[in-house]
Amino acid sequence: MTVAAPHRREHRQPASGAPGGRAPRGLATTFVGYAILVFFGLVFLYPFVIQIANSVKTEPDAAANPLSPVPDPVDLTSFQRIVEGTAFPLWLGNSLLVTVLVTLGRVLLDSLAGYALARLRFAGRGAVFAAIVAVLAVPGVVLLIPKFLVLNQLGIYNSYAALIVPLLADAAGVFIMKQFFDSIPRSVEEAARIDGAGTFRIFRSVVLPMAKPALITLTILSFQGSWNEFPHSLVAVQDPALFTLPRGLADLVSGSLGAGTQYPLKLGAALLATIPVAVLFVVFQRYFVRGANEGVDKE
Amino acid sequence: MAPVVLILGLFLLLPILMAFWVSLTDWNGQGSPFTGDVPFVGVENYTRLFTADGLARQDFMTSLRNNVYYVAIVVPAQTVLALLLAVVVNSRMLKGKAFFRTAFYFPSVTSSVAISVVFLFLFANSGAVNALLGILGVDGPQWFADSRGVLHLLLGGLGVDTPPAALTGAGALGLSWWDWLAGPSVAMCSIITLVVWTTSGTFMLMFLAALQNVPETLDEAGRLDGANRWQRFRHVTLPMIRPTLFLVLTLGLIGTWQVFDQVYVMSQGNPAKTTLTPAYLSYRTAFRDFEYGSGAAISFVLFLIIIGFTLVQRQVLRDRDGDGRRPRWRRRVPGRR
Repeated sequence: MTVAAPHRREHRQPASGAPGGRAPRGLATTFVGYAILVFFGLVFLYPFVIQIANSVKTEPDAAANPLSPVPDPVDLTSFQRIVEGTAFPLWLGNSLLVTVLVTLGRVLLDSLAGYALARLRFAGRGAVFAAIVAVLAVPGVVLLIPKFLVLNQLGIYNSYAALIVPLLADAAGVFIMKQFFDSIPRSVEEAARIDGAGTFRIFRSVVLPMAKPALITLTILSFQGSWNEFPHSLVAVQDPALFTLPRGLADLVSGSLGAGTQYPLKLGAALLATIPVAVLFVVFQRYFVRGANEGVDKE
Repeated sequence: MAPVVLILGLFLLLPILMAFWVSLTDWNGQGSPFTGDVPFVGVENYTRLFTADGLARQDFMTSLRNNVYYVAIVVPAQTVLALLLAVVVNSRMLKGKAFFRTAFYFPSVTSSVAISVVFLFLFANSGAVNALLGILGVDGPQWFADSRGVLHLLLGGLGVDTPPAALTGAGALGLSWWDWLAGPSVAMCSIITLVVWTTSGTFMLMFLAALQNVPETLDEAGRLDGANRWQRFRHVTLPMIRPTLFLVLTLGLIGTWQVFDQVYVMSQGNPAKTTLTPAYLSYRTAFRDFEYGSGAAISFVLFLIIIGFTLVQRQVLRDRDGDGRRPRWRRRVPGRR
């Protein structure tokens, strides 16, 4: 499922062996192509360069030379102040806790549910699947008040449970796993069944190992989703001791800092919050791509 | 299975029903909304949004206006940009495409809050965007303090300095015609820029997957028939990726009506309510003004708007699955007949 499709290569020969006389135009097109790539490469990456550079500038330097990628002088006090002067370490801890638990929960529950929907015959299976597809269509932002009402009613508003439990299963993850299990042939499982293995045993020792790529995709999407989750924390907690990183960051920006714009500090905190997902992205890029394209298969 | 149904049911289906009930009451957040003490007001929360003259309707209509302009710019812009990037990245001749594909996609995976912080700095009064404009000799605006509508500014540029009385005197649904026709404010434009920048990468990947399924022989055939690059793109490639184009447009429509995080972090609806959107207004009404009934009513209207777009998409997709359109694009392929 990586984007670089192998079949491109096969067609390459006849294309470049096309009759001559097209060479100058081809050259011009290539030049325009590179110009577009480089221009948009700058547009898409330079903001991050600015972010990194300005997070280690002094405040007057950041205000005077916002475009410059070179800090003059290099000033690391903003990071010192992030750690010592804000609740950043607390937010980081909360984010880690929430992300790890939500990711574990989603991988476990989504894959079990996906498997059940793909393989087990039980009453109401069609209805459950239809319900999950319907849930996919519900826009998240209109659920803010409803979610708050339930958390309030259950008496867990403003607690770690409120931050974690509602995110433990997600319809998109169940959908991805069901699609995946649908795509593996049943014969493997039937062989195991003939050897006398039960359903759960088959799931654990036969199906799960085969499902590794899908599970990695699910893990990464869950991690990214819960690490970046913002609106849910708005309606789940209000105690600053329960803030996750995005919530703390939003709080920092909307003026809990006191004097000055303090852009180096804000940019530095945003940078630190971005790093885990950025590292994950660089290492597991093809799984991100797979996740993005699930949207295409869905329809 | 059971836990999943339980969690989805408990935090999705039941909540929607509860919120609908709350939208019919005047609950202020104290105690439980499901007791007899909470005043039941029927559809009053809804009528205040549409028919009753007052601040609630004015704010709601302003947020709808803002979001309509936002959608009208973001959806076409992100679709065209994503398609352009996909076509260039898909091109056979270029090297280093994997790097650029990664670069274009990277903003999509980062935290919306963190990216909003970066763009707050880029669009600050002494920020990078104004520094860049300064190099080009343009005096940049104070982005997040500037509530002037872009269409008003354009008219001002054409010499219309005082709004015509016909437009300011009359109006509809609590806003004057002049206000309806303001266009997105300068502040909204910076949010628009941010969103187009972050979402284009995801849509580029969708287009890329579709483009790679277009058989190259079709393009070759068009080339042999003497069609130029644009004609081949317009009459061969585009019809082939039409389902994806349609998907991107609908996902865009659904997504843009939900803009929230960026508004929360960057502008909180300011300046002069020109970045207020229904999603943010609903949150603010419920959680800042403690008018949960009114906030829930706003989010139900928003829900209907978005579901409406989803149903239209389903309908059109169904129509397209019939053979209604196929002969048309076949006929249009140059040299086919």
